[in-house]
Amino acid sequence: MLIFILKRLGFMALTMVIVSMVLFILLETNLFYKGDVATRVLGPYVSAEQREMWREQHGYNEPTYKRYFLWLGHFVTGDLGSSLRFKGPVNDILWGRLWNTAILGFWVFAIMIPVSLILGILAGMREGSKLDRTISVTSIITTSVPEFASCVIFAAIFVFGLKLLPGTSGMADGFDFKQLILPVLVLFTYDFGYVARMTRASMAEVMTTQYIRTAVLKGLPYKRVIMRHALRNALIAPFTVIMLQINWLLSGVIVVEFFFAYKGFGALLLEASLNQDIALLEACAMVAVFVAVGTQMIADIGYTYLNPRIRFS
Amino acid sequence: MANATTISVPAPTFGAALMRAIKSFGLLRESWVGMIGAGLVFFWVIVALLAPLIAPFEPNAHLQPFARPGTAFAQGGTFWLGTDNTGRDILSRLIWGSRTVLFYAPLAALTAYTVGILMGVAAGYMRGWVDDVLSRVADIILSFPVLVLYIIIIATVGASGLNIIIAITFASAPGVMRIVRGLVLDLRNRDYVAAAQTRGEPAWRIMLVEILPNARGPLIVDACLRLGYVIITIGVLGFLGLGLPPPDPDWGGMVNETRQMAIAFPHMTLFPCIAISSLILGFNLLADGLREISLRD
Repeated sequence: MLIFILKRLGFMALTMVIVSMVLFILLETNLFYKGDVATRVLGPYVSAEQREMWREQHGYNEPTYKRYFLWLGHFVTGDLGSSLRFKGPVNDILWGRLWNTAILGFWVFAIMIPVSLILGILAGMREGSKLDRTISVTSIITTSVPEFASCVIFAAIFVFGLKLLPGTSGMADGFDFKQLILPVLVLFTYDFGYVARMTRASMAEVMTTQYIRTAVLKGLPYKRVIMRHALRNALIAPFTVIMLQINWLLSGVIVVEFFFAYKGFGALLLEASLNQDIALLEACAMVAVFVAVGTQMIADIGYTYLNPRIRFS
Repeated sequence: MANATTISVPAPTFGAALMRAIKSFGLLRESWVGMIGAGLVFFWVIVALLAPLIAPFEPNAHLQPFARPGTAFAQGGTFWLGTDNTGRDILSRLIWGSRTVLFYAPLAALTAYTVGILMGVAAGYMRGWVDDVLSRVADIILSFPVLVLYIIIIATVGASGLNIIIAITFASAPGVMRIVRGLVLDLRNRDYVAAAQTRGEPAWRIMLVEILPNARGPLIVDACLRLGYVIITIGVLGFLGLGLPPPDPDWGGMVNETRQMAIAFPHMTLFPCIAISSLILGFNLLADGLREISLRD
């Protein structure tokens, strides 16, 4: 187990290093980006001398590999550079925004996990039943509506039609729970279907196993068969799925925060990209990949730990 | 072995293959979910093909801004779905926009599939270091949150039709590769592969002619699902302002251009969203129907 965890940690570190290289090559060299990095950062209305001075100041005249290691060194020690768009260190902006997104993500998961697990279990318990088909088709429909479309549809219903909720979630006058409802609702609608379907598949598989048949045939009450025997094994796979869902959520928050003007991490990443704010974009991308890879690692370790077939072999 | 008798097996002709395809499509009748999906996809394909005939107005003409749905136009005709803030008819833009999405999405999915299949077959059949390298690359690309990957790529190379196809290929090929690799790992130990190896067929021929056609079943279902994702991606990129350059109509872009008016004029954003959702739903239901049928036999 320990060796397994160390291996996963090593793989995670390796992934992060490769990702940092790719990001550096994409954003700070001219290999793919056609144009001058200095122009990109300073904008087009700067004289050639100023550009040259900026390049000299920021070490752009050094060889590429040297620049990469310098950049990586700053990064690892917590110096994420300074943002052009917000005119300040990236550290000052990034973490507050990340916290806002964490609040959003917390509520999405707090609602999504129980709902999708219960629906998935109910559907998987009796495969092919009317309830099963209804839940399956519903989850296909909700996963077919892209997040930006459900933003628009929910806004049309609750903001324009019923005039119940605010249409933007800028939180200008402090935290307001009402402004959080629509973003959470959109993300929940898009994400719960997949988890429910995966839970259903896992549950349906467990229900066909020999030991469940034995439990039913020896006359145990159905409730006890489900609660004591089926669920234990059926819930291992959904755990992984839920952890991996964080990766999807990171994509989803970009769309939702952009639409509702929520001051979160996703909107920040998009803003950095649209404004060519390279330092900020690099920091955001690294954080996003770190969160994604980290949750994948936890999912892997957790799956191994939860599954007795792997744990004891 | 030189004068061993060869048994000639009639090669399946194109006509027979076509008949089989039509017949298996007929099987779809058994799944009403699949039929609805096929109907939705078919509807949008027809709309895209007939766009010049059925669109009531020029899609890029600025006619009468902020018209509500059903408003009559002074110079004849009706804005059935209203107009946007610059006076372009939304119905006409939706109809022409179906061409954009049904051109770019299958093209991007096809390139992603070609690259993914080649990678997957190579990794699964050759094993060894080829497999190790390709699988590691796929792991790393797949560990990115998808949209973050798209945003970084588009920020670097710029937004254009070709770049969107490249970005989608880059981000989706590893997923295809994983599926193909899994299928090939199972198929490579079959007798007909061993027979082909004994015959001395070259590796590329075994991979592409012997193994690949036998992996088609699960791949067709996956292709339908993935096509849905590609449409979502193109829509989302358009919505975020990273999509195809204006003014040509693109459903996601239509939402982006008018989203600030979404609260006061919901029709501007609502109809493109319904259009894109219905097309994606079509592909997803079709995939579900196909899977149901393939599991039955």
